Amino acid sequence: MIPEIGHFALIIALCLAIVQGIFPILGAQLNIRPWMTMARPVAQGQFVFLAIAFGCLVYAFVNDDFSVLYTASHSNSLLPTQYKVAGVWGGHEGSLLLWALMLGLWTFLVTLFSKNLPDEMVARVIGVLGLIGVGFLLFMLLTSNPFERLLPAAPDGRDLNPLLQDFGLIIHPPMLYMGYVGFSVAFAFAISALLGGRLDAAWARWSRPWTIVAWCFLTGGIALGSWWAYYELGWGGWWFWDPVENASVMPWFVGTALIHSLVVTEKRGGFKSWTVLLAIIAFSLSLLGTFLVRSGVITSVHAFATDPERGTFILAFLFIVVVSSLLLFAWRAPKVGLGGKFELVSKETMLLVNNVILTVIASAVLLGTIYPIIIETLSSIGIIAATNKVSVGAPYFNATFVPLLVPLVFLVGMGPMARWKKADMPDMVRQLRWAFVASAIVAVAVPFLMGGWSWLAALGMVMAAWIVTTAFHGLKHRFNATHPELPWGHRLKAIPMSFYGMHLAHIGVAVAIIGGTLVSNYQSDKDVRMDIGDTVDVGGYTFRFDGVIATKGPNYTANQGMIRVLQDGHELMTLRPEKRIYTVQTMPMTEAAIDTNVWRDLYVSLGEPVSGGAWSVRVYHKPFVVWLWAGAFLMLLGGVLAITDKRYRVMARRESKAKAETAMASPKIAAEKA
Amino acid sequence: MKKILVLALLCLSLPLAYQAQAKEAEYIGGEPEIHARVMGVSEELRCLVCQGQSLADSNSDFAVDMRGQIQEMMETGMNDREVVDFMVQRYGDYVRYRPPFNATTFLLWFGPFILLGVGIAVLYTNVLRRRKQIEEVPLTEEEHRRAAELLEEGSGENKA
Amino acid sequence: MVRYLAPLVIFVVMAGFLYYGLSLNPQDVPSPLVGKPAPQFELSQLHQTEQMISRDSNLGKVWLLNVWASWCVSCRQEHPVLMQLARSGEVPIYGLNYKDERDAAINWLQDFGNPYVMSAHDYNGRVGVDYGVYGVPETYVIDKQGVIRHKHTGPVSPQALKETILPLVRELKG
Repeated sequence: MIPEIGHFALIIALCLAIVQGIFPILGAQLNIRPWMTMARPVAQGQFVFLAIAFGCLVYAFVNDDFSVLYTASHSNSLLPTQYKVAGVWGGHEGSLLLWALMLGLWTFLVTLFSKNLPDEMVARVIGVLGLIGVGFLLFMLLTSNPFERLLPAAPDGRDLNPLLQDFGLIIHPPMLYMGYVGFSVAFAFAISALLGGRLDAAWARWSRPWTIVAWCFLTGGIALGSWWAYYELGWGGWWFWDPVENASVMPWFVGTALIHSLVVTEKRGGFKSWTVLLAIIAFSLSLLGTFLVRSGVITSVHAFATDPERGTFILAFLFIVVVSSLLLFAWRAPKVGLGGKFELVSKETMLLVNNVILTVIASAVLLGTIYPIIIETLSSIGIIAATNKVSVGAPYFNATFVPLLVPLVFLVGMGPMARWKKADMPDMVRQLRWAFVASAIVAVAVPFLMGGWSWLAALGMVMAAWIVTTAFHGLKHRFNATHPELPWGHRLKAIPMSFYGMHLAHIGVAVAIIGGTLVSNYQSDKDVRMDIGDTVDVGGYTFRFDGVIATKGPNYTANQGMIRVLQDGHELMTLRPEKRIYTVQTMPMTEAAIDTNVWRDLYVSLGEPVSGGAWSVRVYHKPFVVWLWAGAFLMLLGGVLAITDKRYRVMARRESKAKAETAMASPKIAAEKA
Repeated sequence: MKKILVLALLCLSLPLAYQAQAKEAEYIGGEPEIHARVMGVSEELRCLVCQGQSLADSNSDFAVDMRGQIQEMMETGMNDREVVDFMVQRYGDYVRYRPPFNATTFLLWFGPFILLGVGIAVLYTNVLRRRKQIEEVPLTEEEHRRAAELLEEGSGENKA
Repeated sequence: MVRYLAPLVIFVVMAGFLYYGLSLNPQDVPSPLVGKPAPQFELSQLHQTEQMISRDSNLGKVWLLNVWASWCVSCRQEHPVLMQLARSGEVPIYGLNYKDERDAAINWLQDFGNPYVMSAHDYNGRVGVDYGVYGVPETYVIDKQGVIRHKHTGPVSPQALKETILPLVRELKG
């Protein structure tokens, strides 16, 4: 019964989404006020029904209802409860429901935090979000119904893939999807502005906080995914440029470009059509990611089980969304005004160059991801030979990404210092010369301290040091210029939060670069065969193998290795890597043991038993690896600081005041029109 | 009592036993230098039976066999390039995660940099053109007054 | 107006490729050996250890080289197809017993039938690697000059046999 309620709730949600997608937009175009005011309650209703549907699926999982096909194939009665809940989004259908729920949640938030926006704008934004919801709900109901029954019911479930039975599954997908789906709000604002022909600074100001929040979620989601892969896959890699990872970083790069170009549009009224295009692209790439992951068009370890019918549906949906938005763009954008004037050397230009580079990076990732498809298509139509089939992997992406990162990082240092309209180049050079000298010293010193010269390490360090030194210079500069008559505590407070947020996020980039650079250049590892009592030295630590004991988890049995770590004869800790066999799928899993501190990770994974009680063991010393995720966390935190800027609250208050005035004035305007 | 004694003896002898046996663990996958090279090359090669993983990232039989093969070849003195060529001869360019540079991959390798050039060029001409197009309208007196008001309000906010 | 349409054009082209890509199999690996002389080998026969078998012993005829092993599950799937082909006598099938124990392989053939004229025993898989074997079973069509004309990866289906392999064999026989 419960699954049927869930299914029915989805159908009602679809009906509401259709209403939400049609009437408010038409109402805004035709100026029919009751239709516009429908937007909020209908969207809230849709969210409620999505939540009911989601709740029903959770119920089916928690109560082991294996008469539901999706539950039977993604859960098991022995599965610990937290994984039963997370298992809801462990497969294609359920994760799609999570997508739809997130979309409903974002729309719901828009209905709450849009009191000060003009009614037409709100109606259009919610309407566009409703149309997106229609697409996803149709997709779910027609091709991927999570509530489909299995008759007769399975005696027990086939279990959740052991790789997914991890804390990572609980938080990574919801966070990532909040990011993906969050760009739909920026997209909806862009489309509304195009529809209403109101592409101005106010539009940029309204959509900026939404965009930043979505970006924060996406940043967190990607970082969590990387961290999860690092500790769960058992060989200590943290980024593979796998197509599914690429699907998540493409919108991230474009989203990063977007939050920068929104600054130009908001503050200087410039490059509005470019900003609007970025908003469209960011969300289109989120949809493209969904297509790549769920259609089977690419191969990836992370991809969902796929079938071509689903692929065709998403592609058609993607096509409708993108083509109609880009047509709207081509129709409206040429009429947009130019905004404020600025010189060739100015903050505006630097932000735009930043945009160009970020867009190029995203394009390179896109090109590398779909190039195999292009080649294969061309070869199957017979334009080129079949032997031209290529694989594009990490070496390609690293080779194109790093050269593009260098100028970008250079701008991260320069941009915040530059003035709007016209920057004084010689003055900037004079101000930043010490930052440059300091960065060069760091770049030379760190590789030697780490134990060996490497050009790549030096390059990474010069970039990181450049960002950090310029950020502190910028803070100092701003501090000196802020109310010199006040005590320093007040001066620090007088600097806007968004300024701190920006620099914090930039420092996050530096921290991540340090982590990535140092771990790639200075990690050491050994692959050894260990008898009881054997030792191996890695990275200045001695690892001693004290044998293996058998243990048992709720739904697995494991061999747990005991590896003592010693340094200078002192015992520091015991690491306990496991080799698990999950009982239902009888699938072996490697569970690495990791000791993390600021300076390094010790990472031990247990391989196979070799002859006579000995085991193969892989031991890694990974310097600074945790900085990667710490950097991402700082970026996220920077974004959070930026939206707490009181500027937005002041604006909000002023706008609601202005709106009240126009509302009083509008009958007059209407009368004049008549 | 006897049992306890035996146990105590065992406990005492355990560390000794360790010391008697304690030795450097043997390397699997060759000496460290060879192993590092094997893994380096493996990262650039595709595991053909996997779902888009490199030979270094996969633990499938195929990947394990291939790493063994690569290790043997390196131990007989083949350099990294020869190893990659060996693989390409048998499995085609598809096995390389770093696509070779040729007519069909020209766009792949140069596309991003061409795009960067085009982007910068478009930006440059756009900025120059719009600089000529825009006439900055000086603020009216009314606007100056409003701006001052807004600033006032903002600073009031600061004090609060 | 025109330059504002550029994003749309780029997207439509990309979508075209993606649509076409849906019907393709990304896992399919084309062999670079097709059209090249089959790699030389000299291995002992599976059944008669002292007898050697080499590529050149088949020069002058069109033949199939089928890579198989007793541990290979999907080999069982194609086995009836190979048996039938062997009975038809249309083209000789030679086996390459890949990374397998000799006894296990011989038993396997006893249990399921032996479609091969003879099998070469590639115990350490060296020859398999030369042929670019990555998934067993694999089947190669080799012509009179000892050149590989076609490679089929995975179990041979009756359809693949009828539509691709046999027409090619007939053509090569001339």
